[in-house]
Amino acid sequence: MSILDWFEKKKKNVKSTDKLNIPGNLWLNCPKCSEVTFRKDLENNMMVCLVCKHHFRISPQQRIQYTFDPNSFTEYDVDLEPTDFLDFVDTEPYVKRIQKTKKKTDKHEAIVTGTAKLAGKDVNVGIMDFAYMGGSMGAVVGEKLTRLIEKSVEEKLPLIVFTMSGGARMQEGIVSLMQMAKTSAALARLNKERILYISVLCDPTTGGTSASFAMLGDVQIAEPGALISFAGPRVIEQTIKQKLPAGFQRAEFLLEHGMVDMVVERKKMRDMLSNIVTILDFNEDSYG
Amino acid sequence: MAKLLDFEQPIKELYDKIDQLKLLSKDGKIDLDAEITKIEKRAEELKKDIFSDLTPHQIVQIARHPNRPDTTSLARLICDRFTQLYGDRLYRDDPSIVGGIGLIGDQRVMLIGHQKGHDTKENIYRNFGMPHPEGYRKALRLMRLAEKFGIPIVTFIDTPGAYPGLEAEERGQAEAIARNLREMVGLTVPIVSIVIGEGGSGGALAIGVSDCIFMMQYSVYSVISPEGCASILFRDAKKSEDASKSLKLTAPDVVKLGVADSIIQEPLGGAHNNWEDTAAIMKKNLLAKIADLKKDQPEKLIENRYAKFRKIGSFISS
Repeated sequence: MSILDWFEKKKKNVKSTDKLNIPGNLWLNCPKCSEVTFRKDLENNMMVCLVCKHHFRISPQQRIQYTFDPNSFTEYDVDLEPTDFLDFVDTEPYVKRIQKTKKKTDKHEAIVTGTAKLAGKDVNVGIMDFAYMGGSMGAVVGEKLTRLIEKSVEEKLPLIVFTMSGGARMQEGIVSLMQMAKTSAALARLNKERILYISVLCDPTTGGTSASFAMLGDVQIAEPGALISFAGPRVIEQTIKQKLPAGFQRAEFLLEHGMVDMVVERKKMRDMLSNIVTILDFNEDSYG
Repeated sequence: MAKLLDFEQPIKELYDKIDQLKLLSKDGKIDLDAEITKIEKRAEELKKDIFSDLTPHQIVQIARHPNRPDTTSLARLICDRFTQLYGDRLYRDDPSIVGGIGLIGDQRVMLIGHQKGHDTKENIYRNFGMPHPEGYRKALRLMRLAEKFGIPIVTFIDTPGAYPGLEAEERGQAEAIARNLREMVGLTVPIVSIVIGEGGSGGALAIGVSDCIFMMQYSVYSVISPEGCASILFRDAKKSEDASKSLKLTAPDVVKLGVADSIIQEPLGGAHNNWEDTAAIMKKNLLAKIADLKKDQPEKLIENRYAKFRKIGSFISS
């Protein structure tokens, strides 16, 4: 037996251990306090840790369920899917990455857009999804969001966007960067038409996403503990060569530095959004 | 002494030889003119050869060359008069973004750009061309000033990116960039941008939402630096050469992708070897483009600008 065979065998062994580790999904570990909780109990608590109130990252479907009126959501542009227009190859071709992600997550892209009712009132909604390639913004996210904003301009409907994204999608190169300009341009129109835009910053919101539509809300809300930043903490540590203070770039830090209006718990989000919409979405030229 | 890039070495060797021969023919009685002319011709041809076949990685090196003409130097070469204005009126003046009012012939301009240095001392003062939020806020203040007085805006893009630092985050780096993107789209005066060196990510775009985006022949424009991309996606910082290729960041690629409008040719051997000719050709292109954009009414200008960015992006719609 050659030494190479030995490596071969070892590799196989590692693989088989991986297989054994697939969890049953019945119990969840809190990433913050390590408390193990029955999944059903967490779901009943809107995926917020019963012990330390850590807000778990959740899917767009869960967010819709927790925030908007039952069965009121209609999705737009479900059929838009990414394409590898740069023939981008890193550790694997982008084409493969797209196929694999779709198979693994059963999702089409990193954002779900549509319309829903919030306490009986029509609103347009965009919800980003970290589970799809880290919520990164490529041409599809940019296009879906821009269409949603344009629809809000047309229909004069308030817009609520939940952000959850690592930033621009590198595999789409300069085109992904330009989605920042594209979405912000659409928001300029919304702004000019005096239509309400609420940005809800969820964990995490960084890079190109934070430096465009995420930071342009008329009202900025953050979920507790959410990482919100332009540059990631690791990049900053490398730049300034020192450890960052605790709580740096978290929602509460941004509140203290005047970058968001409030930090709102998931349980209270629906009521808070509804309050803001009731008062600010008033499209008549009067002081009523 | 100018920094020599490795692929420029053979050219340098020929020019050194020419200098030697010139010295010899001056001293002695030997006539070396014929020989010198021959080598000079060879050097020119070699230069043409090397510069017509550069890899993306080599172009990144030229774009970052310490002798590359910077914004203020170009402003002085292009404008007949140029007066710098300082400060964001909120926190401080950021030396990594400069701006001011200028005259090119009888054309008024508000010229704003990232500012790098040419040596370590200058670069520390300029923070290597990496702005803090106050830089972007100064830029926006100057753009609003230009709008108020109906002056076309010219921006020069040349930054590794917005500064990733503690204070930059505290003062709202993301917000400052985002605001600029939204506000620039609606400005009622023509905006022309030129990527003169390094177009680094959101920090570049924050002064680049324009009616026309030129790229200098050896400039780059990218969503992330090749080094950053290599360490994140390739999981190996040494793969930056591959990343430069994958990212499609050279001028021809960025034009092909519909992001930049056209390329400004640099003098043979690159802008870092000839600032005067570089400035002259930039001036010509700027004036022509501004004259062109001035024909449109503000509403039309804004509509076209919106459409320009609106259409960027490919996807599948089943």
